[in-house]
Amino acid sequence: MIKKSGKGIFLGLVLIFLYAPIIILAIYSFTDATTIGGAGSFSLQNYETLFTTEELVDMILGTIMLALISAIISTVLGTIGAIGSFYSKKKFRSFYSTINQIPVINADVVTGFSICILLVVVFGVSKDTYIPLIFGHVTLCAPFVYLSVMPRLKQMDPFIYEAALDLGASPASALRKIVIPQIFPGILSGFMLAITLSLDDYFIATYTKPATFDTISTYVVNATKGAQTDIKTALWALSTLIFAIVIIAVIIMNVTASRKAVKFKKEA
Amino acid sequence: MRKFTFSRKSLGIPYFIFLLIFVVAPLVVLFCFAFSDKNGNFTFANFANFFTDPNTLGTLFYSLAVAAVTTVVSLLIAYPLAYILSRSTLKSKAVMLLIIIAPMWINFSLRISALKEILTVIEGNLAYYPFLNAVIGMTYDFLPFMILPIYNTLTKMDLSLEEAARDLGAGNRQTFLKITLPLSTPGIISGVMMVFLPSMTNYVVLDMLYNSTYIMGSLIGSYFAAYNWHGGSMIALILLAIICIFNLITGGSSEENNQGGALL
Repeated sequence: MIKKSGKGIFLGLVLIFLYAPIIILAIYSFTDATTIGGAGSFSLQNYETLFTTEELVDMILGTIMLALISAIISTVLGTIGAIGSFYSKKKFRSFYSTINQIPVINADVVTGFSICILLVVVFGVSKDTYIPLIFGHVTLCAPFVYLSVMPRLKQMDPFIYEAALDLGASPASALRKIVIPQIFPGILSGFMLAITLSLDDYFIATYTKPATFDTISTYVVNATKGAQTDIKTALWALSTLIFAIVIIAVIIMNVTASRKAVKFKKEA
Repeated sequence: MRKFTFSRKSLGIPYFIFLLIFVVAPLVVLFCFAFSDKNGNFTFANFANFFTDPNTLGTLFYSLAVAAVTTVVSLLIAYPLAYILSRSTLKSKAVMLLIIIAPMWINFSLRISALKEILTVIEGNLAYYPFLNAVIGMTYDFLPFMILPIYNTLTKMDLSLEEAARDLGAGNRQTFLKITLPLSTPGIISGVMMVFLPSMTNYVVLDMLYNSTYIMGSLIGSYFAAYNWHGGSMIALILLAIICIFNLITGGSSEENNQGGALL
């Protein structure tokens, strides 16, 4: 009995450590207080500022656009890369996977800095073209798409593809109709992963972004150094909104997962 | 000219070229920059400067200390947590895990600024405890990355091995030390990899907590701000060397090992 409650207390303490800052901030985001711990009354001012300040809206939309563009490019590149590598000779495949592994293991600071040096310092590509930023983010995300597609290729039954060819399908259509549908869950999770990585990135963006463009991360980091109170409290509102979105996503994931489980049980 | 015929292998070419341009080439350039001066002449000066300047050397040791303490603290929190969750009979343990790793999906800068507000209330002035705050900030940021791989190995583990050990007369402690812990080392290793290296380099966490101490990443940041590409490249190269050494010690990261990372 004592042991059981001990476990519960430990779990609770970790949850408090992880969630208290976010939740306290969420509560304060609905007040007019300017510091945590200060007194304030209910107000939606922070949310109004968040949605009416052009700078903030641009920064949020820019971050989402960047994440979508780089996730789409990463998903295409990473997926065809994984397929090509999977069907290559073993030696080449392991060489391929090793290079793919470099950005995964490497520190983001080093990845961002080295891409900046190559493109901006050596080749003189202007950061204002967004090329260094987008390709930087693709470099960050594509390896993870490759990693989530590869196990699906390994699990696939190789004879279905052969059968399709025997039945007269061209390699291209066999690939489209047989291979892609089977590895699709891997492609999808790679895409989701690419989106989250791009949204969360700070380092690649700092080293490659145009001076006038900000992602949520770079903006928040600069804002915490500044002294603009209304912007600071508007960011509490942003943090609360993202928190709400994450919670809703988690609930949806749970509901669909348990529905699937119920369906599975009924069918069995 | 030979007609190009479609084959599955040729699909790999575009991404391979991409990797050569954006992964291999930048590292080659980094290497060249680290060993040259502003005029492009070969020099060991950047290398020598790093290892003779007490400031940069101090930063290296300080960031190793921050990373080591963060890793140990995260492991001490994550292992029992993952163990409790994986062995609990709760129907909802998957839900519980999801709740624990959910903060990971909130932008890290927003999470750290929330932490900063709370720490300011608790400590008054953040500048008084730079090392402690560095460790708290890094642990707060990277804890889920330690929990997830350990939880994965613990749930995949064959529980009958633990039962067998008990049947053969081993106590709880003996079973844990001789069966559970050794079998979960792959998870511990990937967790350590995912916490140790970022805590040496993620200097924004310190910046945001008004921390004036420097870790290795901060050096790259300050060289970047000063347009000192050659000095920055040397720091990046030293970091790369540390990452390589770390990978060799932990037995490299095979594709299998990193699937846990990919699932994040």
